[in-house]
Amino acid sequence: MTWGLVLLLAAGAYGFKVLGLVVVGSRRLPPPLERCLVLVPAAVITALIVKDTLSTGQELVLDARAAGVAAAGVAAWRRAPLIVVIVLGAAVTALVRRGAAAG
Amino acid sequence: MPDATEFDSRRPIVVAALTLGVAVGVFGATFGVGAVAAGASVAQTCVMSLLVFTGASQFSAVSVVAAGGTTGAALGGAMLLAARNTVYGLAMSRVVGGSLLTRLVAAHITIDETTAMASQQAQPGARRAAFWITGGILFGLWNVGTLIGALVGSALDPAAFGLDAAFPAGFVAMVASQLRTRRGLLAGLLGAGLCLALIPFTPIGVPILCAAAAVLVGLPAPHAVRT
Repeated sequence: MTWGLVLLLAAGAYGFKVLGLVVVGSRRLPPPLERCLVLVPAAVITALIVKDTLSTGQELVLDARAAGVAAAGVAAWRRAPLIVVIVLGAAVTALVRRGAAAG
Repeated sequence: MPDATEFDSRRPIVVAALTLGVAVGVFGATFGVGAVAAGASVAQTCVMSLLVFTGASQFSAVSVVAAGGTTGAALGGAMLLAARNTVYGLAMSRVVGGSLLTRLVAAHITIDETTAMASQQAQPGARRAAFWITGGILFGLWNVGTLIGALVGSALDPAAFGLDAAFPAGFVAMVASQLRTRRGLLAGLLGAGLCLALIPFTPIGVPILCAAAAVLVGLPAPHAVRT
């Protein structure tokens, strides 16, 4: 982690917020662009989930994390609060990992 | 001078924002633990939460750095996620109003949660109140949570508590509502598939950038695709 990354990200993140709220304001973006931008979290966050759950570096792996994140997925789908989803995901992962180490 | 009915309408907003704030504080602590585990200093971790203040981007940057990705790859993925705040800013510009300085401050707290809380209100005054109250409470608790996590983080082994799964679990909670529309689900499945297919063959961080191509499913006009 470098200070350059921290500060560039800070500048970029604020820039995007100001672009919407202050620069463009209540003017409209081209509709196709708006339709694509609203899909960014769906596309990028699911990719991050897959990466954090099923890989270590450049290797695909299946370990205790998959069980924890699957449990978190069920909880989130049933509209459990954020805090429940996170604690469940971590707890199931820790338990499966401990079970695998013991067995 | 706000009248009695205005106070009545603000009370549930404060309660909802505090409830959300507790969860966000825990999420902030998770971020603090993860960032320190990824090699960030306590100062870097706290400055990131203070100045970036958009959770998904922060988690994304730390997650790519932790996996050994380059600064460029970490920044790219995080910026893609930060871009959605532009869309929120467009919606909130009709809610916030006020002087240029007010709007420059408001921009910093324009995130998923403040936009969602403001959009839930029926009256323009309540929308503005919900935006500022939620923003203030979340900014405070996110940063307190980050500091606690960063200070505690170096003292514990994240794997023993399953904290390496706390990041993706948090992402799951954040993205769930986005996957309830047909297009959101399509973009999500395509993004996940692209990432999975590219992980063994491309440098760390690149699969996340490529997954963003899945947003192109939003190009056709809505009537062309049944949603």
